[in-house]
Amino acid sequence: MWAYAARRVIIGLLLLLTLSFVTFVLFFAAPVDQAKYACGKICNEDQIAVTEKALGYDKPVHEQWGGFIKGIAVGRDFPVDPELRAAAPDIVTHCAAPCFGYSHNNAKTVNELVAAAAPTSMSLAMVAVVMWLAGGVTLGILAAVTKGTILDRGIVGLTLIAYAFPTFFIGVFFLKYVVIKWEVLPYPKYVTIEDAGVMAWFTNLLLPGFTLALVFLASYVRMTRAFVLESMGEDYIRTATAKGLAARKVLFKHGLRAALTPLVTMTGLDFATLLGGAIITESVFAYPGLGLLTVQSSNAWDLPTIIGVVVLAGGFVVVANIVVDIAYAFIDPRVRLG
Amino acid sequence: MEKFLTVDDLKVHFPTPDGVVKATDGLSFGLDRGKTLGIVGESGSGKSVSSSAILGLHRGTSARVSGSIRLDGTDLLAISNQEMRRLRGKDVAMIFQDPLSALHPYYSVGNQIAEAYRVHHAVSRKEARTRVVDMLARVGIPQPDRRYDAYPHQFSGGMRQRAMIAMSLINDPSLIIADEPTTALDVTVQAQILDLLQDLQNEFNTAVIIITHDLGVVAEMADDVLVMYAGRAVEYGPVTEVLTHPEMPYTWGLLSSVPDVTADTSKRMVPIPGNPPSLLNPPPGCPFNPRCVHRHKVPGDLCRTELPALIPGNRGEDHLKRCHLSNPEMIYETEVVPQFDPALAEER
Repeated sequence: MWAYAARRVIIGLLLLLTLSFVTFVLFFAAPVDQAKYACGKICNEDQIAVTEKALGYDKPVHEQWGGFIKGIAVGRDFPVDPELRAAAPDIVTHCAAPCFGYSHNNAKTVNELVAAAAPTSMSLAMVAVVMWLAGGVTLGILAAVTKGTILDRGIVGLTLIAYAFPTFFIGVFFLKYVVIKWEVLPYPKYVTIEDAGVMAWFTNLLLPGFTLALVFLASYVRMTRAFVLESMGEDYIRTATAKGLAARKVLFKHGLRAALTPLVTMTGLDFATLLGGAIITESVFAYPGLGLLTVQSSNAWDLPTIIGVVVLAGGFVVVANIVVDIAYAFIDPRVRLG
Repeated sequence: MEKFLTVDDLKVHFPTPDGVVKATDGLSFGLDRGKTLGIVGESGSGKSVSSSAILGLHRGTSARVSGSIRLDGTDLLAISNQEMRRLRGKDVAMIFQDPLSALHPYYSVGNQIAEAYRVHHAVSRKEARTRVVDMLARVGIPQPDRRYDAYPHQFSGGMRQRAMIAMSLINDPSLIIADEPTTALDVTVQAQILDLLQDLQNEFNTAVIIITHDLGVVAEMADDVLVMYAGRAVEYGPVTEVLTHPEMPYTWGLLSSVPDVTADTSKRMVPIPGNPPSLLNPPPGCPFNPRCVHRHKVPGDLCRTELPALIPGNRGEDHLKRCHLSNPEMIYETEVVPQFDPALAEER
C-alpha cells in the first residue's frame, strides 16, 4: 500500500517536471517577441533588451527551465541576470523555495499571485461541487427510480438543455436577469470569509457556483441514473429483497453503495480540474481566481505566471488521482485486498 | 387435507410490446413440511419465474400474477406488500444460483447474514453476530468468528454457497426455495452442498423447492418432481415413479440426455431435437409437439390442435402427465434415435 502510494507520487512528480518543460518549450516556440510583450508597448529597443536579460529570456530554454527547477528546490533571486542584480541591488527580489518565479508584469512573485488567486478558485470549486453533487445525485436517483416516466424524461431532458448552453451565456443570463433585472441577488463579488463572514462569502458565490455546477449537473445526473439502474439490476439486490428488507433500504443501502462508487472517481478529478481555475466562469463574473490569472498571464505572455499556474493545476490533478485511487481501496473491499 | 404449500393455477404473464409472454401458465403443485419438490426443465421453461412468484418478487414490476399460492393457509398473492416483506426471508427463504453475484461485494458476509436476521428480530448487533457465527459454524464454515468479517470475494465458491444457505436458514424458515443451488459449483462441492441442505432440512423440518436442470440432483434430493415445459407442468409425481417410468416424451428425452457412465459406450446419448418454444407465441396444441418424435402415434392431429390435460397416467393417481399418448409403453418400444425434421421447425 505505502510502496504503491510512493510509486504514484514519484510518477506524479516526473509528470509535473515534464509538464513544466513542455510549457517552456511551447512558450518559446511561439512566433512572437516574448520580451517585447513583457516590457510593454512603449518600450524602446534598449528597454526590451534589459527586460529580456532581467527575465532570463536570452538564455537557452533548457537553462531557463533548470533555473525554474532550481527556484523550486532552493529559492531564487530576481532579476535573473547577475549583472543587473549587481548594478541595482535595491530592486532585487528574493523568492524563497519553493519559488515558482517572478512576474515582471505584476511586479510580484508568482507565489504571491497564486496565493492571492487560489482561495477564490477553491471557494468557487467547493460551492460548485457541493451543488452539482447534491443536485446530480438526487435527480439521478429520482430519474432512475421513476425510469420511463415523464419525471425521468423531464429531469434528463432539462439538465441536458442546461448543459447545452455555453457557460458564458448562462453566466451573463444570470447576471442580466437574476442580478440586474429582478435584483434577487446582489452583484456577485468575491469576498473572503475573514473579511465578510461565511454568509456573505456564500451568497456571493451562489451565482458563479451555480453557473459552474450546471456544466457538470447533466453528466452527473445521467451517470447516477445509469449506475443506479445497473446496480439495481444486480443479483444482490434480489437477495436483499428476498431477505425482507424494505424497498427504501434495498435502494439506499444496497443499490447506492455500488452505484455511487464510480462517482467518487469522477468527482475527485472534476473537482481537481476546477481547483486549477474555472476560466470561463471566473472571466464572466470577474472573479480574481486562478482561471482569470491564467487568462491574463496568457494574454500578456507572462511566462513565469503561466508556468506557475500550469504546474499548480497539473499538481492538483496528479494529487487528486492519487487520492482517488487510495480512497477506492477504502470504499471497495475487493480493491483493498485483491 | 391441504398441503403446507399449495400452488393453484399460478400464472405469471409479462406484457411486452410484442405481446404477452406467458412465463408460467397454469401451474399447480403442493408440498408438505420436511418434503422436497424438484422442479426440472430447460432454461426458460418458467422454473425460476414460478418460484420468484412465491416470494412476491414480481411485485412492483409489470408482471401479471394470478391464481393462488397458499402457504400454511395464507394466500400469498392476496397479502399486502408489507405482509409480504415480513414473510420474505423469515417464513420463505431463497438460495440463489450464483452466490458470488447474489452477495453484495461491499459488505462482509457476516454483515449480510446478520442483516437478514435483524430485519425480522429486534436484537442488538452483538446478539445477531453470535447467532450468525453459530449458523456459519452449522453450515460447516471453519473459523466462523473470523470468517464473519470476510468479504464474499475472499470465500471459495462452495463456502459462498454455504454462507448463502446460512443466510437462508438464519430465521428458521418453513420453506426454502433453492434456485439451481449447485449449478455454479464444482462437482465435488455440489455433493457436499446437497448433503448439507438435506441434513439441515431434516433437522429443521423445512419444506424445500429445488429448481434445477440436473436430474441427478433431483434423484438425490427430491421426494416429488415436477417437470416444466413452456411454462406448464408436463409431468408431476413421486420422484422414483417419474424418473423410472416417465409417461411424457419430454421427461423421457431429459432422462435420455443424461450421460450414463455404466452404459455401453457404443450406445449414443439421445438429445432432444430442436429448441424450447417461444413463450410469446407457443405452438398450438401440445407445446412439445414440434420436438416430439412420438407425435405420429397419436391418432389424428390431436397433438397439434389440442393441449392435453394434466391427468393421472396408467401408474396411479399421484403420477400426472400431460400427453395424448394413451399408453406410455409406446415411448419405450421405439428405439429410434430422434431425427430432427426441419419441416417441423418451419411450422412454428
